[in-house]
Amino acid sequence: MKFLRDYLDSIKPNFEKGGKLEKLHSVFDGLETFLFVPRHGAQSGAHIRDGIDMKRAMFTVVIAMIPAMLFGIWNTGHQHFLTLGMFAGPLDGLMDKLMFGLIKVLPLIVVSYGVGLGIEFLFAQLRGHSINEGFLVSGLLIPLCLPVEVPLWMVAVATAFAVVIGKEVFGGTGMNILNPALTARAFLFFAYPTKMSGNTVWINTSAENGQALVDGYSGETFLAQSIQSSSNYVNVAGVPYESATDAWMNAFWGFIPGSIGETSVVAILIGAGVLLFTGIGSWRIMLSFFLGGYVMGLIFNAWGANEFMQVPAIYQTFMGGFFFGMVFMATDPVSAAQTNVGKWIYGFLAGFLGIMIRVFNPAYPEGIMMSILFMNVMAPLIDHYVVQANVNRRLKRVKVSNQ
Amino acid sequence: MQELVNIFVKGIFIENMIFAYFLGMCSYLAVSKTVKTGVGLGAAVIFVLGITVPINYLLENYVLKEGALSWISEDFASVDLSFLSFIMFIAVIASMVQLVEMIVEKFAPALYGALGIFLPLIAVNCSILGGALFMQDRQYPTIAEASAFGLGSGVGWFLAIVAIAAIREKIKYSHVPAPLRGLGITFIITGLMGIAFMAFMGIEL
Repeated sequence: MKFLRDYLDSIKPNFEKGGKLEKLHSVFDGLETFLFVPRHGAQSGAHIRDGIDMKRAMFTVVIAMIPAMLFGIWNTGHQHFLTLGMFAGPLDGLMDKLMFGLIKVLPLIVVSYGVGLGIEFLFAQLRGHSINEGFLVSGLLIPLCLPVEVPLWMVAVATAFAVVIGKEVFGGTGMNILNPALTARAFLFFAYPTKMSGNTVWINTSAENGQALVDGYSGETFLAQSIQSSSNYVNVAGVPYESATDAWMNAFWGFIPGSIGETSVVAILIGAGVLLFTGIGSWRIMLSFFLGGYVMGLIFNAWGANEFMQVPAIYQTFMGGFFFGMVFMATDPVSAAQTNVGKWIYGFLAGFLGIMIRVFNPAYPEGIMMSILFMNVMAPLIDHYVVQANVNRRLKRVKVSNQ
Repeated sequence: MQELVNIFVKGIFIENMIFAYFLGMCSYLAVSKTVKTGVGLGAAVIFVLGITVPINYLLENYVLKEGALSWISEDFASVDLSFLSFIMFIAVIASMVQLVEMIVEKFAPALYGALGIFLPLIAVNCSILGGALFMQDRQYPTIAEASAFGLGSGVGWFLAIVAIAAIREKIKYSHVPAPLRGLGITFIITGLMGIAFMAFMGIEL
């Protein structure tokens, strides 16, 4: 570490004002603050609470996502081999599954980071601000919320859209109104729906290992199965689960097809633990989000108009991106509501609407992502009225004490 | 009853005047700088849409449509006055807007000043005439459904303008690139909000 610090200090004068490479100052600054906590503090109007800065905070989120990412890599391989009828047990062929998943998932992550950071650097250069930290998180969230079969160029296009239109036009990290990762996902969902939903996108069935399938495999996701019947679940190999409880335990552990990072509730909960322990993710949003989804599930259970509505409320939350959205998307500190009361309302409505969209409209199984996006739009309004209510309450107190 | 709720909710979220049809953009863009004026104009639009759509529905079904006049006498069964529908609809809308203007001026002079020219301009707001024409086009069977549609569209417009006003207040101090400040960024926000509102597409109650 010492020699790195010394090296940075030795080349630093080149990037200072008047140096040879003054134009590249933001690139150097971004790298330096990425590697070391910067020595300069806030110059005005900051109310310091602890020593953490944005890059360290964002990195904690990335660490929290690692369990979900690793599980997603393994699950990509697991589902692939299941369709081939090999390695049925979770621990069989562990290395094969990991290698296969790595080959599939790593390019998505590399493209997402490459394109996103490239645009970030470009904007930082052109606009003369320092490099934004937010993309460290978005860059990993984008591949994790996509199906494994999505073409790489689509990831690139969506990332570019999300970073430029979703974030940079507002002035960069901390000023965007929508979560950039969700913007990318929604962009892909509406622009290329055939690659983002349906039966064929969730599992890789390429013939790379010399084991071509007779014809293209098409398996329904867990969500699609539960829409049709609430009792007869089969796994991707077509083998029925022993019982409905067994099927749901599989969903809880995440041994089901789905977007790369979203399937395993367990892995995501480990991440949630990290976020809550460090205080970076808001527990108010997570709790109210869960309650919102659960209450909506209970309402549907009571209504019970079709099979999908009868899925027990707790199982509703195991499916699709509910937990992923709750832990990593809804808690985005920029696009969520800022006030504490607002966070309760925001989280509750996001979970509530998410389950509602999913059940009412089977064409949008990923209602969770859409509902969080919608609540991002509404968050400033919620905050506005929470602040106004507080102002009015205090005004009243002043009037009372004046009398 | 369920049908009415369905039409109402559809008007708010799914067939939102702003995000699905991009109607009534001029006042939406111009008056959305603060939440307060947004609420005022939004309420005026709810009122005008909620009143004019049912009135125009009656006009359409008892005066303008082919055979609509047959309640006077059988001789009029072949009369088709629908070529007059634009002018009749606008006349109804303009008189309602006059009414709103007088009410606002009397009871909320501050809001009247803040809304300025955009209050009388509701008369030519595309979403209001659009509401009447959609009503004509979709041929709602009863006046209750037409009213539900009018109110729903109004509430949808209200929600849109209030939401963007809150966002514009929030991004006031954002470091937006100079060429995009003001209207440019507002258009981009509207587009992004449109994506978010697509969440509700295709929902049937």
